[in-house]
Amino acid sequence: MDVVFSLNDLTLGYESHPAVHHITGNFLLGSLTAIVGPNGAGKSTLLKGLMGLIKPLDGQINYHKVLPTEIAYLPQQADIDRSFPISVMETVLIGHWKKIGLFRAVTNEMKREAEIALEAVGLTGFENRVIESLSAGQFQRVLFARMLLQNAHIILLDEPFTAIDSKTTTDLLKVVFRWHTEKRTVIAVLHDMDQVKNNFPETLLISREPIAWGPTNEVLVDKNILKARQMVETWDEHAKICNRDVT
Amino acid sequence: MFFYEFLLDPFLSFEFMRRSLIACLALSLGCGPVGTLLVLRRMSLIGDALSHAVLPGAAIGFMIAGLSLVSMSIGGFIAGILVALLSGFISRLTQQREDASFAAFYLISLAIGVLIISMYGSNVDIMHVLFGTILAIDNESLFLVVSITTLTLLTFAIVGRGLVVESFDPGFLKVVNGPGAILHLIFLTLVVLNLVAGFQALGTLMAVGLMMLPAVAARFWVQNLLKLSILSIFFAFISGYSGLLISFHSNLPSGPTIILVAGFIYLFSVFFGFKDSLITKIISRPHLEN
Repeated sequence: MDVVFSLNDLTLGYESHPAVHHITGNFLLGSLTAIVGPNGAGKSTLLKGLMGLIKPLDGQINYHKVLPTEIAYLPQQADIDRSFPISVMETVLIGHWKKIGLFRAVTNEMKREAEIALEAVGLTGFENRVIESLSAGQFQRVLFARMLLQNAHIILLDEPFTAIDSKTTTDLLKVVFRWHTEKRTVIAVLHDMDQVKNNFPETLLISREPIAWGPTNEVLVDKNILKARQMVETWDEHAKICNRDVT
Repeated sequence: MFFYEFLLDPFLSFEFMRRSLIACLALSLGCGPVGTLLVLRRMSLIGDALSHAVLPGAAIGFMIAGLSLVSMSIGGFIAGILVALLSGFISRLTQQREDASFAAFYLISLAIGVLIISMYGSNVDIMHVLFGTILAIDNESLFLVVSITTLTLLTFAIVGRGLVVESFDPGFLKVVNGPGAILHLIFLTLVVLNLVAGFQALGTLMAVGLMMLPAVAARFWVQNLLKLSILSIFFAFISGYSGLLISFHSNLPSGPTIILVAGFIYLFSVFFGFKDSLITKIISRPHLEN
């Protein structure tokens, strides 16, 4: 199997304090991986690291045939201004940015693609609604439609289904499966263990350091989950320098 | 004929009134879209900060060339851009919020400006800098204002989409490697340019008024970006036209009069606008089925 990202003793964090450290392993091309772990385990930090939004404190991420800017990314809290006077259609069309950039025109073909994407997330008829009038779930559908247009081979989702009802979650999971069948690589930070067990073949369990990584049914066993819960340490202003030897 | 004498005659009879009216139209065309984006980016007060930041530059321009609006404008532009760039860079490089950096730099700039004026300026000239001289705009100044407006509208035509996306979802632009920082700087440059154009006419203290008040007022009427910009332009021009007339007939300073008319339009919108105004809270309309 081809590798998309290989992590080599990767440590990510803020101001020399690791949020997650010493991760080694590969994300495979076309894999569908859930990243799970307690709050503060470093899950979001890991995604930001993969996106190149923060630099590793130690170790490396090696990108194979992909640049960080070719990855679609749904942040946990997008810094989107929900009161901005912009329509659903316009928001989705931003997904074409790679093609249109600053200067090129939006073609009818692109609009058609946006309509198809909106249909795929169950928002047909919402094209001209202003985003201000949407519910949290509907807006998440809009962001998924925009990601569909980005047509990225690698998709990172940070808690995409938090505060989203089960109907919307089911619909959006269908989009995730579609990406999976299209051989795209999807990595999602999730909290719902049952959802992970039922839908995600691969799991990376972290708790400030990797606990287990592999097939979900082998990773999400009681022993590992208990270990993860115990591992979340508190932030220590005067923490010592980490000298762990990784073999 | 009241209509003719009051509303048209001042402009037909006096060249300086015609010039002022053209300046107002040009200002409105530039300030409308810029102000609209400022409001949407929640940067309303940053316009105010920048309008104060241009003071030392204007003062230095005044020291060098006397009461020449063009040299004062160039000085003001340089000072405003410096403050905008420094604040922009600091907030992009550090975790500091943009408004905090703007507050820091504009206060430094303002203090320098006041110091320079207190050392070299005479009282009458300072009044010109602070309150503007729209009724004494000469051809050079008019040309400068119109050029700034042209540049502003051309910039919007070329990178308007980028400016909107950068305002709406800067995080997305970052992850697709869009030119976020450049767009941000282009926008801040437009703000400073239009403030400089405004202070020709309205003075440093009032320049930001024609940018912000119409844009904030428009938010109470329409909900779409293009309509917001057009309505802002319309409100700004109505303020300019009415303000000029009132100041002509009542012998009042033109800058504050224009801004007060804009302020009146704003207050009227707060009470009677279609969207989210106070009257829509009082009058209950039957809700629709879906």
